[in-house]
Order: sequence, then structure tokens, then C-alpha cells
Amino acid sequence: MTSMLTAQRPPINPPSMLRASATIVWRNLIHIKRMPEMLLDVTVQSVMFVLLFAYVFGGSINPPGDVSYKEFLLPGIMVQTMIFTSAIAAMGLTNDLQKGIVDRLKSLPISRSSVLVGRSISSLIHSSIGIAVMAVTGLLIGWRVRESVGETVLGFGLILLFGFAMIWLGIYVGSLMRTVEAVQGFMFTVMFPLTFVANTFAPTEQMPSWLAAVAEWNPVSALTQACRELWGNGVTAPSDAAWQLQHPVLMSVAWSLLLTAIFAPLALGAYRRRSRD
Amino acid sequence: MTSPAVEAIDLVKRFGENTAVDGVSFVVPEGTVLGLLGPNGAGKTTTTRMLTTLSVPTSGTARVAGHDVVKEADAVRRSMGLAGQAATVDELLTARENLKLIGRLYGLPKTYVRSSIGELLERFDLVQAADRPVKTYSGGMRRRLDLAVSLMAAPPVLFLDEPTTGLDPRSRTELWEVLRELVREGTTLVLTTQYLEEADHLADDIIVIDKGRVIAAGTPTQLKDQAGAASVVVTLTHAADLERAEGLVRDHSPEVHVDVTARRITAQADGLGDMSRIGAAFQEAGIEVDDLGLKRPSLDDVFLHLTGHRADHDGAEGEPSETDELEEALR
Repeated sequence: MTSMLTAQRPPINPPSMLRASATIVWRNLIHIKRMPEMLLDVTVQSVMFVLLFAYVFGGSINPPGDVSYKEFLLPGIMVQTMIFTSAIAAMGLTNDLQKGIVDRLKSLPISRSSVLVGRSISSLIHSSIGIAVMAVTGLLIGWRVRESVGETVLGFGLILLFGFAMIWLGIYVGSLMRTVEAVQGFMFTVMFPLTFVANTFAPTEQMPSWLAAVAEWNPVSALTQACRELWGNGVTAPSDAAWQLQHPVLMSVAWSLLLTAIFAPLALGAYRRRSRD
Repeated sequence: MTSPAVEAIDLVKRFGENTAVDGVSFVVPEGTVLGLLGPNGAGKTTTTRMLTTLSVPTSGTARVAGHDVVKEADAVRRSMGLAGQAATVDELLTARENLKLIGRLYGLPKTYVRSSIGELLERFDLVQAADRPVKTYSGGMRRRLDLAVSLMAAPPVLFLDEPTTGLDPRSRTELWEVLRELVREGTTLVLTTQYLEEADHLADDIIVIDKGRVIAAGTPTQLKDQAGAASVVVTLTHAADLERAEGLVRDHSPEVHVDVTARRITAQADGLGDMSRIGAAFQEAGIEVDDLGLKRPSLDDVFLHLTGHRADHDGAEGEPSETDELEEALR
């Protein structure tokens, strides 16, 4: 065999950051295709949670206003799914760091942020599949979107925006921790209280007053309240509720920006520190 | 005059209190093979990581293909390939997908990527398995793919971090053959290894690293000469001749060791001259021999000589017990 290696080097034209990110998304999506069980968390589990909450707890929880529990539940559980995107992103990143994939990618002449951008996009796709599965399940058991197309789209847009903020948290945690197991343990410990101490699954009115105060100021509650209002799945917050629940759309956007402003620099710093060694 | 393919000048890497690499310098001329030899934790991987832009040196500089690894990291990345424990392949992707991923990220022309994937799969004997996820591969296949991936953009300089650790002897020999072929084609190779035999087989020059410092440098032969005298090893055809043979050898050598069951006599010697004199004496006396040879000290002996301790093979799976065999032979 003649020297393919030294005689004729091929022209190297490294792709733009976006193209490189798209290639990494392609690679991450092959993972989902090869290991469909990776999607269990957002498919089978999503359906299961919707059904469990709707039929096990549904009877004993009375949402405010003249709204069925199924309608009340769907926005909340979709928000929860999107918040878990942080765990998905963190586990994916830690796995790639641990296995030397990130090093392989870093040894190439591509923008280093494309690894993170690719990871973010594929994590959002992953969670969005879950949201779609939930929407279909919801429609089958009687959940309906009752407002205009614009408001419906805005609701999903807010969820995606919040998911984007959550991914920075995921990248931060993923860069700090050494094993996928550690990430999983940590994220689940943080994410369950964060998504349950809120108006996601039950109205805050029946909670002890101190807990209700925490729940009402939880960013998760603002987002859930915003979706309920935009989709016609709940009444507007009463005047004695926390201020943020009276302005849920504004606050959802504000929280997304604030959390991004906090976690994006932390995440980039932690990732860079991890990458320098 | 061309600049060297790789040049490291006083590289230092500290992790907090711990100094992993403590002032390593070397030069690798184009088209040659440098072996970075040392036990686990000696600083070989950290050195490789700095040279391949994965890790930023605490101090010191290095150039790969004439480009500074910190200031011109992107140019370095265009000029080198990396394989081994420092960077690896994706287990869920097939061989073809792994190669395609890297080809796309280099931005190589589509037609080139297609034909190059075909050639590399063929060359590394992965055609049959090309469309199976890598997690189904054996260790040897994985290493071959790893190497193929690092060759996707036909880099002039190739870094291999412990390319054969954990491989069975046969896969190791096969991989060595491939590496020799690459060198014949003009690729410059920098490989780290804790296998003394590997460095001896592949490298033109060897740097011995221990605790982050270079403790010796030279050709394999030079390093072996440092470790002391060679010995002549004779295996007799008939055990009955042993006593007579030992007497003859003692005329030529101050130190003689006889292994009765193996019908083998080992004698300290100065070099080939002693060997041929002993051979002639045997012929004159009519003693038949199965084998007669000169044994230079192995790199294991070199390491022992330099550091006062044996190369520590902890953590290397499937490590053949060369050391033990050698010790037994010397007993």
C-alpha cells in the first residue's frame, strides 16, 4: 500500500461551531437510537407518572377553580420533565468526560464549546420527546389546551427556555462530578424536592404556611402557573398568592434568564477547569 | 533543515501540591519513534496530554510539527493524531460511524471521508465488524479502531498513550506491526508504554520517566549498555557434557551459572568476542550445542539499575510476567 498517510494529506477545513455542534448532536442521537432504554425515563416513565398521578392522587386533590385534576396535572408534570433535562445533560457530559470522548473531541481542530452546545441540544431533544409523549397521553385521558395557538406555543416556548437554563446547571454538575452514578444520585436528590415543593402536583393552599411560601416562590411554580394560564388548565392565582404567581409569564422568563446568568459562567468555568487538566 | 516533529522544553505540570511532570525535555526528529517509558503514575500520560493540547502546561513549552501547543493549539490539532487511554472511541457507535464522526469534525471532503473509511477499515481488519456497535468488539479490535480513528486526517505526528496495555500478546504483536508500517510511511510516533519490551521493539529513542522526571535517555542499545555486562547463554544438546562445558566456559568468564534441567550455561561476558571464543572452544572439544547466543540486559534491568526499584506494573491488566521469568533465569 502506498503512503496514503504522508504523501497526500487531505485538506482539513474544520466546520463552524454550529456545524460541529450539529455533528455532535447526530452522534448523541445515535446513542438514543442504539440504546432506546435511555428514553425510558421520558417515555414509559412519563406515561406511568401521568397515569399514577391522574388516577391514584387525582381523586383526592382538588385544584382551585372548576378545573379537573388531569388538566391541572399535565402542565406540572411537563415542567418537571423539562427540569430533569439538567440531569440528562449532566449524565451525558460526565459519561463522555469519563470515557475519554471529550478528550478525543478536544484533540480535534473544532470549537471547544461545540461539545457543550451539542450536548445541550440533544438533551433538549431528549426531554422534548418526553413532553410530546406526555402531551399525547394527556390528550388520551382528557387533557385539553383551551386557549389560542399563540398562547399554546408560548407555553411550550417557556418550558424550552427554562430547560435551556437547566442545562447550564447540568453542565456545571456534570463538569464537577467524576462518575455518572454520583451525578445521578446528586441530581435526583436535588430535583425531586425542587419539583415537588411547588404547585406542580398539588395546590399550595393546603400546605403548611411556611412550606407554601417556599413553594410559591419556587421558580418551578411560576413556570407551571404560566403554562396553566396559557393553556387554560387553571385559574389565575388569587390575590393573596405570591407576587410571582400573579405574573407567571414574566417571572418564567426572568427566572430562566437569571438561572442562565448564574449557571452559565459557573458551568463554563468548571468545564474549562476540568478541560485544562 | 527541517524542525523536529516534536519538541518539549522543560515541561512542568502541577495539580495543586502534586507535581505530575517536573521539567521534561526532549526532541523527536521527523520520521522517528520516541518511547516514553515509565511505570504507572510516572507522568507519561500527563506529558502526552500537554503535547496534544488536552492539558495546559504549568510551565515550559512544547512544539508539535513546529507549532506551539498553547499559542497555536489549533494548528497542533490539525497536525497530530491521538490514540490510547488519553482519548478513545465511542462504544455505542459502529466503527464506520466513529470514523465518520471524526472525518466530519475535521471537515474533510465527503468523498475523501468515504474512501478513507473504506481503506482504514480494510487496513485494520475491521471490515466484517464495521457496522456493529463498538461495545461488541474485543480489546484488540477496539485498539485497532482507536488507531484508525486517529489516522483519519493522515496526521504526520501520532501520539499513542499506552497503545497495547491490556492486550493479549498476539494482538500486541499485530499492533506493533501496524505501527512499524506507519513509521515506514514517514509518520513520527511518540508512544508511552510501561512495557519495556514494547519500547525496545518500536522506539528509535527512549526516554525513561520516573516521578515526573527524565531519568535516562538514549537508544535502546545505549540504555542497555548502561545496565551492565552482557552474558553468553549456551544450551547444550547433551546433559552429559555439562560439567566439561562449564570448565571450558570458566576459562573465559569470571561468573558462570549452570541450569542443569535446562542444560543451560549462562556466563558473564564482554560481548560478541567472548561468545565466538566460547563457541570455538566448544567446537574444538566436540561439545554439541542447541543454541548459543549473547544476551544483553533487558530494559527491565535498565530500570532497576536507574531507579533502584523494578518497573511497577500495578494496574496493567494481563501483564506478562517477564520480570519473574528473568529473575528465575538469573537465579
